[in-house]
Amino acid sequence: MKYLFILLFACSAIVVAFNLQNDPVVETIPAVTASITTAASEDNTAFDTMMKVLMHKRCVNCHPSDAYPRQGEDSHIHRFGIERGKANHGAEATTCNTCHQADNNNQSGVPGAPEWSLAPLSMAWQGLSRTEIARSMLDRKRNGNRSIKEIEHHLTEHELVLWAWEPGVDNEGNPREKPPVSKEDYIAAVKKWVEEGAHIPDE
Amino acid sequence: MKISFSINGQKKSVETDGDTPLLWVIRDMLDLKGTKFGCGKAACGACTVHVDGESIRSCSFAAKWAEGREITTIEGLGTAEDPHPVQQAWIEEIVPQCGYCQPGFMMATAALLDKVPSPTDEDIDNNIINVCRCGTYYRMRKAIHRAAEIKKSNTNT
Repeated sequence: MKYLFILLFACSAIVVAFNLQNDPVVETIPAVTASITTAASEDNTAFDTMMKVLMHKRCVNCHPSDAYPRQGEDSHIHRFGIERGKANHGAEATTCNTCHQADNNNQSGVPGAPEWSLAPLSMAWQGLSRTEIARSMLDRKRNGNRSIKEIEHHLTEHELVLWAWEPGVDNEGNPREKPPVSKEDYIAAVKKWVEEGAHIPDE
Repeated sequence: MKISFSINGQKKSVETDGDTPLLWVIRDMLDLKGTKFGCGKAACGACTVHVDGESIRSCSFAAKWAEGREITTIEGLGTAEDPHPVQQAWIEEIVPQCGYCQPGFMMATAALLDKVPSPTDEDIDNNIINVCRCGTYYRMRKAIHRAAEIKKSNTNT
């Protein structure tokens, strides 16, 4: 009997240790506050997948937090002194479309897509964390008064956004880096995130 | 593919690959040599022309985008007898040195004056971003201000 008790105790310890290693909050602290329990028990895979794309330079280069578009894999300030301009479309007579057209030009290396322009300053993402970006996307005061379905449409169907997976080549003929998630997986993740209530997890 | 457009007020059609840079259509197919090839990467501005009144870099503008549009090159800006205010100012201020980049600068300036009739130095800096290896920028700045005066004067008379 004594040995049986020791054996049972040892097995329990192994089970507890296993749980501590794999799912500590949900399994070992069931009575903690609701918010913590919710955050730990949620599956944030869709959010994580979506944000891997939205944090990528192909997106953030055109969501700067200042007056200058970024370009390149190192997100340097746009060459030639190009600035945001009053309408987020460059200077009056030297606009984005002076060089950027509706598709990539793989001879010159100038990228292009329909409606090529900067995101307005209210939609600046540069320097923000992924949850700050998500909060700004859902804030109608900052997102152009878009509903969540309109945000979903922008993220999954706008050709300018989807250009990230067809970024063409740079001015030396080298392919531009694509986001780390396939377009199909990204679109599925955005739709799932919206469908599940567009929850923004803790940092 | 067949591409039809208006250039300097004349209707033209060309048969070419739609991705051919408009620059080569203008220079090689239509024999208008005023528009220059510089960098081929939309950086220097020597190839600047107007499409529907907007400045574009023709080296990086696929010919297919010209379909149905109105193109203006330096040859269509003005004539020797009746120069555009920008051309007149360029002559008065004796701007060119080697001259190679100047058509692009003049086209960019003409587009600027259409949008900003009395540009400040800051407006010029923000809009005229072409490259001149002879360094004629100082004379160009004076010429741009002079062109604005001439254009205003022409409008008032």
